[in-house]
Amino acid sequence: MSNRVLIGIAVAVVALAAPWMFYPVFLMKALCFALFACAFNLLLGYVGLMSFGHAMFFGMAGYFFGHTVKVWDWPMELGLLAGVLGAAAIGLVTGALAIRRQGIYFAMITLAFAQMIYFLCVQMPFTGGEDGLQGIPRKPLLGFIPTEDDYTMYYIVLAIFLFGYGAIYRFIHSPFGQVLKAIRDNEQRAVSLGYEADRYKLLAFVLSAALAGLAGATKAMVVHFATLTDVSAAVSGEVVLMALIGGLGTIIGPVIGAFVVIAMQDYLAFVGQLVLVIQGFIFVIIVLAARRGIVGELTALWKARRKVG
Amino acid sequence: MGACNIFEVSSQLLFSQLLLGLINGAFYAMLSLGLAVIFGMLNVINFTHGAQYMMGAFAAWLMLTELDIPFWAALVLSPIIVGLFGIVLERLLLKRIYHLDHLYGFLLTFGLALIIEGLFQWRWGSSGAPYPSPIPGGTNLGFMFLPTYRGFVVVAALVICLATWFAIERTRLGAYLRAATENPTLVRAFGINVPRLITLTYGLGVGLAAMAGVLAAPIQQVSALMGVNLVLVVFAVVVIGGMGSIMGSIVTGFGLGIVEGFTKVCYPPASNTVIFVIMALVLLIKPAGLFGQTK
Repeated sequence: MSNRVLIGIAVAVVALAAPWMFYPVFLMKALCFALFACAFNLLLGYVGLMSFGHAMFFGMAGYFFGHTVKVWDWPMELGLLAGVLGAAAIGLVTGALAIRRQGIYFAMITLAFAQMIYFLCVQMPFTGGEDGLQGIPRKPLLGFIPTEDDYTMYYIVLAIFLFGYGAIYRFIHSPFGQVLKAIRDNEQRAVSLGYEADRYKLLAFVLSAALAGLAGATKAMVVHFATLTDVSAAVSGEVVLMALIGGLGTIIGPVIGAFVVIAMQDYLAFVGQLVLVIQGFIFVIIVLAARRGIVGELTALWKARRKVG
Repeated sequence: MGACNIFEVSSQLLFSQLLLGLINGAFYAMLSLGLAVIFGMLNVINFTHGAQYMMGAFAAWLMLTELDIPFWAALVLSPIIVGLFGIVLERLLLKRIYHLDHLYGFLLTFGLALIIEGLFQWRWGSSGAPYPSPIPGGTNLGFMFLPTYRGFVVVAALVICLATWFAIERTRLGAYLRAATENPTLVRAFGINVPRLITLTYGLGVGLAAMAGVLAAPIQQVSALMGVNLVLVVFAVVVIGGMGSIMGSIVTGFGLGIVEGFTKVCYPPASNTVIFVIMALVLLIKPAGLFGQTK
């Protein structure tokens, strides 16, 4: 118990002091992707549904945020809300269709829908096509909190991340989360117990989409732009990689995975396109040798050592 | 916008777009056929399919530019080389994950696709290289101009698809294959080497993808990323057709290509999304796919 409190305090101190040790924009980007990966993992780790098209929620929310804040001149908090609700709406439509198939088909269907959204984004005028939406202004949050400064912005992003992370934690540890896990482990049994599995799955899908949208809108707020990259299949693959590296079905794993992947992109930028090759190798190695991810493997190691000792 | 008025469209435009659609459909058919055969036997959705299609085209292009090997020889050699590469992948990596959930096969082959496409892009860049048409010229059919090579591609793809259908549905080896898809343990008990059959199946499916790549080389530019978007469309094709039937894959592939070509004439902006819209409709009406069995 006291150990856990100590770890908690240490994490809090690091999180608060981090912008003075690392580049704040890097940290904010990593936090956005961490929330994105947690939202994705809510679906794969706790419902057993692998969406390979989560970039459609992340990227589209960025566009919704950018368009409402820049073109319609909405305040930022409403822009974030637009991103969340827009992503949830897309999630409702695609999710209702995708959950009609199971397993690997579900992955292919979400991937195909994301590709459709990508093609639409290339063509539709409101996304700015290849150029994307540039120069989204940072306005005072709630009318009085200045956001121009990256240090202040870091704490806002940290608060948004903690809100999303806390929401996911609540979902998983609620009766609703228990039903989700029951459906993941034995769908027929859950149905025979009277749970409408499809409704639960759809609700989880929409929640996951909404939180991915929160992450995407926040990212657009941080970096001042929304681009096609964030809607692309590459980003859908990246978020899978983040969850996989950290450990599926662990609540902290995707956060670690996100920091690893974003750090890799930043620090290995000099190898250019070979970053993708490295990501490919990590996929192969994890699938073949470390399917539990960093957190899962470490936990297993620790448990094994305790048994011996 | 507005409804498509077929009489306002010149027949030249209509038929040349339909031909283009038919050619795309030929590639959809060959690729979804390979995916279906591989999935039946290995229980793996081969995400590397697009990369292997690209490798087929690249192998043909390298043979021509580096070794002066003509198209016709490449059409045979390239699928064999890429197919052998597939067999190595299967023996070294894929065979280790058959006992796991389908997701892991998807992720493993996705990782392999990233590696292959990344390395090709690193070595040869992402801009395309042209491949000269092996049969230049064409015929004026009156209602349209038919480039000889494009006509050849449609016929060749149809022959290859039907030959694959015949091999699987009408030969002894095909019967073993279908039986092993159904119940591998039982087939093994009859003394048939199922793991070798699995390896051969993967080689065959990959070879089909490579052959589609060689056929595509003179029509499209040969580039490292030519298979990236294609494989995603083919996934939608597979969802629409269902993976249960070989003939179903062929019909769906060609059919969707034609629909896409038709959309290009009627309402061009929708041409690259129409297949996904059809997928959504099929999921609404017949979730198992047009030719899939409802379980």
